[in-house]
Amino acid sequence: MANPQTIVQAKGLCKTFKLSAKQQRIENAPGRLRVAVDHLDLSANKGEIYGLLGPNGAGKTTVLRMLATLIKPDEGEAHIDGFSIGADPEKVRAAVGFLTSELKLEDFFTPDYLFGFFSTLHNVPPAIAAQRKDALFTRFGIDEFAQVKVGNLSTGMKQKASLVLSLVHNPDVIIFDEPTNGLDVITARVVTDYLLELRDQGKSIILSTHIFTLAEKLCDRMGIIINGRMVSEGTLEEVAAGRDLEEVFFDLYSAATKEVA
Amino acid sequence: MMPNGLAAIIKKEFTRFFTDRRMVLTTILMPGLLIYLVYSFIGSAMTNAFTVDEDYQPLIYVQNLPPSADALFFQLGIVLNPVDADEVATAKQFIQDKQADLLVIFPEDFDSLLAARTHYTSASAAVPPTDEPFNIDVFLNSTSSTSTNAYVLVNAVLDSYNTPTITINASGLTYDLASDEDTAGFLFASLLPMLMMVFLYSGCIGVAPESIAGEKERGTIATLLVTPLRRWQLALGKVLSLGVIALLAGASSFIGIMLSIPKMLGGALGDEGGAAFGGALYNVADYAQLLAVILSTVLLFIGIIAIISAFARSVREASTMTLPMMIVVMLVGALAMFSPGAQTELGYYLIPAYNSVQCFVGVLSFTTSPLSVWVTVAVNLLVTAACVFALTKMFNSEKVIFSR
Repeated sequence: MANPQTIVQAKGLCKTFKLSAKQQRIENAPGRLRVAVDHLDLSANKGEIYGLLGPNGAGKTTVLRMLATLIKPDEGEAHIDGFSIGADPEKVRAAVGFLTSELKLEDFFTPDYLFGFFSTLHNVPPAIAAQRKDALFTRFGIDEFAQVKVGNLSTGMKQKASLVLSLVHNPDVIIFDEPTNGLDVITARVVTDYLLELRDQGKSIILSTHIFTLAEKLCDRMGIIINGRMVSEGTLEEVAAGRDLEEVFFDLYSAATKEVA
Repeated sequence: MMPNGLAAIIKKEFTRFFTDRRMVLTTILMPGLLIYLVYSFIGSAMTNAFTVDEDYQPLIYVQNLPPSADALFFQLGIVLNPVDADEVATAKQFIQDKQADLLVIFPEDFDSLLAARTHYTSASAAVPPTDEPFNIDVFLNSTSSTSTNAYVLVNAVLDSYNTPTITINASGLTYDLASDEDTAGFLFASLLPMLMMVFLYSGCIGVAPESIAGEKERGTIATLLVTPLRRWQLALGKVLSLGVIALLAGASSFIGIMLSIPKMLGGALGDEGGAAFGGALYNVADYAQLLAVILSTVLLFIGIIAIISAFARSVREASTMTLPMMIVVMLVGALAMFSPGAQTELGYYLIPAYNSVQCFVGVLSFTTSPLSVWVTVAVNLLVTAACVFALTKMFNSEKVIFSR
C-alpha cells in the first residue's frame, strides 16, 4: 500500500445497476442501465473518521456496500486492512463492522440472544464475548431491554442494539451508513459521541452522510461524491479552504451537473 | 466437529422455531390432528358407503335350496341360484373375487327335517329327531359392500323361520372369504400416498418460505451476510434445520395416520376387526422403509422450496410460487390411486417425488423391493445436495439477495 497509514484504499470502483422498465419510467432515465458508482477512488487513514458526503442517490451507500462485500464491483478493486474485497471477502468481513439501516435484526430475538449469535458467527470466544457484551450493553443502556424481543423495541433502542451487534468482534474498521438517520437528537448524540470515542481508541471509521454540519463536526477527512464520482477529497481545510462546506458543495454540484448537461 | 457458523445457524433456526409456541402448534401438532380427523372421517364415510343401492339384485348361490326359503326370497323379489356340491368351490372363488355376493348352504332336505321336528309325535316317526339345531352356512366377502348387504338380508330372512332350531354360521368355518391383508393393503396404497405427500409438502411450506424469503424480505439475511459466516454453512444450516422441523410435522402426520388406521379399517372390516388388524398389518421393516422415504422426501421438498423462496422477493410471493409445485405433488400422489401396485422398473425410482409415491404404494401394498427404496432415498438426497449447492450460489449473488 502507498501509505502505511492508509487502511481503506479503493481504486476505480464501478457499479452499474439494471433498471426495470418501471424504475426507468419513474426515474425518467434515458437507458436501462444506471451508473451508480463511476471509477471512484477513495483512501481513508488509520485512526481517522472519513466522511463520504453527497446528496441522496449519489452512490454513497453503493460504495459502502461494496467495501463491506455485500455487493461486488463491476470494475475496480479495494483493500481494507490489507485484504482484497474481491479475493478475500471473508477476511474483510472479519475485519469490518458494517452498520446500515438496511441490515435488520430479527424481531423474534432479544438483543442478548443476538449478541451471542453474532459473536459465534464472528468466531469470538464465549468468555470474551460475555465481557464485551457487559461493557457495550452498559455503555448504551441496553441492559435495560436486553431480554426484550427486537420487535418490541423503539427505533432508538433498535439502532443502539444494531450498533452494538455490528461491533461484537471489535473490528478495526467501522463502516457506518447514515449513522444518525431517523434518530432523535439524544440518541444521535449518543451515537456520534461513541464514534469519536472509537476513533480515540485507534479505530478507523468510514461514514456516509448528507448532513454537512455532522461532517464538519466529526470527520478528519472527507470525500464529496456526486453522480457516482469523487469530486473532491481531503481534510476539511483542504476541501473547504476556509469557506462554508455547504457553499463549497453547491459549487461542486453545479459544476458537476453542468458538465453532464 | 461441526463448524461454529453452521452450528450457530442451526441453533438459531431451532430457537426461532421451538420457542414460538404458535409455530410449534400449527406446524407440528396440527397436521397430525388434521390427518387423524380426516382419516377417521374417511373411515366412517366408508362405512356409510357400504349401504347399497335398493334396486341391486344380489347374486346368491344356494346349495340344497329348500322350497320354503325359495318362497321367502321370492316374496322379496330375490332370485336364488341353486348350486350342487361340486360347484361350491367355484362359488366361493367368485365371492372372493367379488363376482358373486353370497353362498348359503342349507342342510340336505331342510324342509322335511324342520317339519319332522316341528310336527313330531310318537305316531309319525318311530325315532325322535335330534335336539341339535340345524346349522346354515353363509359365506360372504366382508370387503364387498353388496356382499355384506346381502348377508344382512339373508340373516333377516332366515330369522323369519322363527325357530330356535336354526343356527347360522355355527360350524366354525371361515365364512369371510375376503383376503384381508390384500384388501386392506390395497385400500392404504390407494389413499395414503397422496395425503402423505400433501401433508409432508404442507409441513415444508409452513417453514421454508418464512425462514428464507422472510429473512430476505425483512432484510435480516443481509445482516448475516456481512459476517464471516460461509455461505454454504448458511445454506446447509437452513436446509438441515428446516428439514428437521418439517420432518417433525411429517412425523406428526405419520402418527396421525397410524392412529387412524384402526378407524379406517373399522370402516372396511368392522370396528374390532380393524383395531386388531391395524397394528399387525405392517411390520417394523415396512415402517422403517416408510420413515426413510419420508425423511428424504422432506429434505427434497425443503431444498426445492428453499430455492424458490430465495428467488422470491417476499413470503407471499414465495407461497404463490410454491403453489404450482403443490399441485404437481398432489397429482403425482393421485397417480397412486389408480395404480394397482408399485412400479417394478427401477428407472421410475430415479424421478424425485414420483419415486417417493411409488415407495409409499409399494410398502403399503406389499409390492416393494428394498432396492427401489434405497434408490429413492439416494436420489432424493442427491437432489437435496444439489439444492444446497445452488442455494449457496444464490446467497452469494447480490441479485438474489437484494432483489426487492
